Amino acid sequence: MDSQVNETTRPHITAKVEIPEQRSKLHTEDLQVDAASKSGLEARSVHAWFDKHHALADISLHFPKNTVTGLIGPSGCGKSTFLRLLNRMHEFIPRAAMAGEVLFAGNDIYAPGVNPIDIRRRIGMVFQKPNPFPAMNIGENVVAGLKLSRVKTSNKDALIEDCLTRAGLWKEVKDRLGSAGGSLSGGQQQRLCIARALALNPEVLLLDEPCSALDPGSTLRVEETIVQLSATMTIVIVTHNMQQAARVSDYCAFFLSDGGPGHLVEADLTTNIFSNPSDSRTADYVQGRFG
Amino acid sequence: MGLPFTVSCEHYGVQTTVPEKRSIDNNLTRVDKVFHNLVTLGAFFSMVVLAAIGGFLLYRGFEIFKDFGFSFITSSKWDIGNPEDTSTAILGIGAMLFGSVITAIIAVVISVPFAVATALLIEFYVPGWIKTILVSILDLVAALPSVVFGIWGYAVLLPLVEDWSVTIEHYLGWIPIFNVPSEIFGRSPLLAGLLLGLMIVPIITSVAREVYSQAPRELIDAASALGGTRWGALRAVVLPFGRSGLVGGTMLGLGRALGETVAVYLTLNLVFEINFKILASAGGNVASLIATKFGEATAYELKALMAAGLVLFLVTLLVNFGATMIVNKSRKIV
Repeated sequence: MDSQVNETTRPHITAKVEIPEQRSKLHTEDLQVDAASKSGLEARSVHAWFDKHHALADISLHFPKNTVTGLIGPSGCGKSTFLRLLNRMHEFIPRAAMAGEVLFAGNDIYAPGVNPIDIRRRIGMVFQKPNPFPAMNIGENVVAGLKLSRVKTSNKDALIEDCLTRAGLWKEVKDRLGSAGGSLSGGQQQRLCIARALALNPEVLLLDEPCSALDPGSTLRVEETIVQLSATMTIVIVTHNMQQAARVSDYCAFFLSDGGPGHLVEADLTTNIFSNPSDSRTADYVQGRFG
Repeated sequence: MGLPFTVSCEHYGVQTTVPEKRSIDNNLTRVDKVFHNLVTLGAFFSMVVLAAIGGFLLYRGFEIFKDFGFSFITSSKWDIGNPEDTSTAILGIGAMLFGSVITAIIAVVISVPFAVATALLIEFYVPGWIKTILVSILDLVAALPSVVFGIWGYAVLLPLVEDWSVTIEHYLGWIPIFNVPSEIFGRSPLLAGLLLGLMIVPIITSVAREVYSQAPRELIDAASALGGTRWGALRAVVLPFGRSGLVGGTMLGLGRALGETVAVYLTLNLVFEINFKILASAGGNVASLIATKFGEATAYELKALMAAGLVLFLVTLLVNFGATMIVNKSRKIV
């Protein structure tokens, strides 16, 4: 694998390269740590396959610490696939494969010996559809992650209050923590899911179209929550809503699939993407001319 | 400019008379009508058969219930007395009914953990092609005639269980159910129950597999994304989700275990006394009683066997009915 040798000299957004070999989890190369990527999260030449289907090609993106990055692009361009690659949820899909590296605090999360469960604890995820556990009440849902990962907490009630407050839900549910998570409205359920992810105190939060099933009022509340959270954590959000991307994100990355695998067209400051994109396709997309 | 439709604001807030409901004529085409009648006929046919069997058993066994009353299902004595004089007969299926229940309970206790493990393995741990193989093996086991199970149980399982029983009795004999004063092991409720357990594993597994496969993917994902292990995700999401389905499947298995005839006939010593010592070579169940006595029964005894059949029929019907209710309820949650 000669292509992996020049690790430090490789540009972050590369042009089309030859397709590298698919990695197995038993990949045994030594990891070269790049000083620049020691903070935040960084994808380097990431590819994804579903069986024979090459879904994502050569994505290199850096998510600086405590920023919000929006991933935008038309349906089917691989945004969600890319998001799931960032916390090792990708491998749950049968016959899914990947290549490249994802550096988290300087270390490749796909390196041999890395415990994926540990990665998922530190890189939280909120899904498109609100999915509170139906068998648990609101309070139990918040601390479900602790129970699942067998983390002991000294003061559960304080943690529940803290997480729900940070997710912007505390005032609405403080008197009914014992009722079922499913009894909340869609927007409240989604904030409950954010609170659930926060309980593990993740360093990164991945949001996969968190507002696509919500009404405008709930969407606004979730967006406020995201902006507040970005003070202390790195956030990556997939969204189809251009206004949302403009409102919440510091950086934007535009993905596109022109028949082949999804790839990164450009990534820049959100203001640049919306006002002065370098690629005409980006301009067309953010102005609603296609997609 | 006039609007293309009329606005009738005066309706709002004004009390109007409630109109009569219109009937909607559901005009089926002739093909639909024929098919409708055909499926109705088919569905009724099985119900008619069921009712006919129940009615027949009741008709033939009625005299027994009249003569013995409730003691027919509580007493354990089976003595036809003087064949010429039916008033000397004392007939009761208490021991057999107890045997049916205890062997079925042993079967369920043994089979449920295996069935749950198998269902989880098939649904969540093995790749597709192994899944296909395992499912067809289970279907094959489910289709094995019970006499084959019985013979295998007698020839292979019996000596093994006899050995285990001696050991269990030696160490745990102080617990009443494991105590065997007669020191006769072998064709015991444990053996019959174990064999029945193996027979019902495929039934419970297939129901459990079905409900587990319907566990919402997004909840499993949620549990995994929260740093759960796979087992943690299964325990937090899949097992609670499938609980009532599993209960339903277990009751279907229980129904089969309660009614099993040949396998129990071959592996359980027919003794007319209530035996809760599961290692001792004594017991029986209602179905195997009927099979044993049917050939050389007197006319009056035959009536008693019919009555026993009716009791078994009602018990299994009840269990299956309960199972169906629970399984349906679990489907609705989905």
